[in-house]
Amino acid sequence: MSTPLAADARLARFAVSRSRRRRDAIARASILAGTVIALIPLVLIVYYLLRKGLGAWSVNFFTTDPTGNTFFGSSGIGGIKSAILGTIEIVALASAIAVPVGVGVAVWLVEYGRASWFAHTVRFFVDVLTGVPSIVFGLFIYIVLIVGTGSTYAGYKGSVALSLLMLPIVIRSAEVVLLLVPASLRESALALGAPRWRVIFNIVLPTALPGMLTGVLLAIARAAGETAPLLFTAAFTQNTNFNLGGFMNSLPVQIYKDVTSPTTAVVNRAWGAALTLVVMILLLNLIARLISRRSRLA
Amino acid sequence: MLARSPLARLPDRALKYGLTALAALILALIVYFFIRLVGQARPALAKEGVFGFVFGNNWNVGAEHFGALPLLVGTLITSALALLIGVPVAVAAAIYATELCPLRLRAALTLLVELLAAVPSVVYGLWGIFFLAPKLQGAEQWVADRLSFIPFVGGGLVTIPNYFITGLILAIMILPIVSAIAREVMATVPDDHKEAALGLGATRWEMIRMAVLPYCRSGIVGGAMLGLGRAIGETIAVTILIGDAPKLGHHLFDQGYSLAAVIANEFGEAQGVHRSALFAAGLVLFVLTLLVNGVARMLVVRAARGGGRGAGGVEKAPAGGQLLADAAAGA
Repeated sequence: MSTPLAADARLARFAVSRSRRRRDAIARASILAGTVIALIPLVLIVYYLLRKGLGAWSVNFFTTDPTGNTFFGSSGIGGIKSAILGTIEIVALASAIAVPVGVGVAVWLVEYGRASWFAHTVRFFVDVLTGVPSIVFGLFIYIVLIVGTGSTYAGYKGSVALSLLMLPIVIRSAEVVLLLVPASLRESALALGAPRWRVIFNIVLPTALPGMLTGVLLAIARAAGETAPLLFTAAFTQNTNFNLGGFMNSLPVQIYKDVTSPTTAVVNRAWGAALTLVVMILLLNLIARLISRRSRLA
Repeated sequence: MLARSPLARLPDRALKYGLTALAALILALIVYFFIRLVGQARPALAKEGVFGFVFGNNWNVGAEHFGALPLLVGTLITSALALLIGVPVAVAAAIYATELCPLRLRAALTLLVELLAAVPSVVYGLWGIFFLAPKLQGAEQWVADRLSFIPFVGGGLVTIPNYFITGLILAIMILPIVSAIAREVMATVPDDHKEAALGLGATRWEMIRMAVLPYCRSGIVGGAMLGLGRAIGETIAVTILIGDAPKLGHHLFDQGYSLAAVIANEFGEAQGVHRSALFAAGLVLFVLTLLVNGVARMLVVRAARGGGRGAGGVEKAPAGGQLLADAAAGA
């Protein structure tokens, strides 16, 4: 048995020196501070969006088109009906293009291409697509569908630009999920005599469906918020338009137009439209997360 | 007997070749786009010369002079600022989430940082120009006055739209992706390494500094480069916040222009050589992001394979491309 004093002395040999403890505390405090700083913008943005955006919301705001008349109060300048409908139409068509093509390429990568050099090349180019700035997609589509055809802006051209943006997200997320489908499932189906295409359509795709849906929703959420590819593909118009062959309004472009206005009422409309857009995108993200949590894979 | 008739094999063949054609189509499309973009940019590049276009300091639409240096510098300054401000904060948030925070808070914290990625670029622009920029103008002026002895930083009059505020907003915008990749790379650090450090008597911070950070250094750098790629290509928020003045700003708090902003702002009215010059600006932007993303991808892939310094490649982490794709799709 040693005296308490001796035990303390022995322990002291293992204790962390004061300077090291201090450095540890400082470092931890800085890391915590950095984390708090990272969260500040989110709080401020949400607070301002709600404060300014809810002030602009009214029944009229959602049921009238913007009038272009900026000299009267908020009732004279109209709402954002055409922008909401335009965004929905453009993004719906963009998904109708990007989802089948994206899932098709992902199926090819997993089921046929696998580790061949061609599959690696395709993956490389899909990665390249991921990094292309969204405005460059706008330029691509402008060159091909507007300069190339000698025609003018149209909603469907905006959809094509957005679908290019969605493609890499859909392909890579679908590929990840398809890889998770157990090989035993495929093998059992093949062993029972099912041809490959039935295995893909009846076994692989249904199993991977929830996971792929998550990726698709995230891609849609990303595309819905994009302004740059639409500026000179779908352009801007005030009227509600159900014809994708004509000029088409959209929420991001409407906000961009309104930001530059000197009139307070118009800027307030931009806040209301921004809140609408963020709520739509957050809903898509939320649904995507719920689906991925309930998915059997991953 | 077991072989299928040629007719029955038809759908199989059709699917296989159809999908292969689809994949090939994507390749062909990207190459075609690139060639067409070069074709459209050619008149301006021929007029100014490639070197003259990229490094000429004179963007004058009226006089048909197109030197993109002010745009290039604006893009690079704001992106560099975004990295300088954004990466330390993003890495701190990632370290806190993976190593220090109570387990119950981890999911919520991750979700909150990722929510920043759900805010569209135009909304950042709106918020930046009507809230952040006016609020910070006084503080920026104070800093500019104090730092007037440093060239290019202080001294001048602070305008509401300027390089610094653009860089700050870009920093917020790249936070989620840099943080997400840093977090994923940190999750690949083997527990053995961390426990060994702690077992040898390291404090938490020493464990992070000696076991975690060296292991994922190249992954974090790769994530930062990916953020840089985002910042370089960011258009609408920059167009709103940078001031759209076709000149080299005199100091950090002056107005300027960027490659992406000039396209968004001037393309609608552009004709002839001007339009071609904007295509050329797009081409420069495209090549720049291609280079940055290429390097980024290499670094992240290497990191995810467990090739970080001191890793010894003991454990096989998930393939890097996958990790990156997940992060890119999520953010």
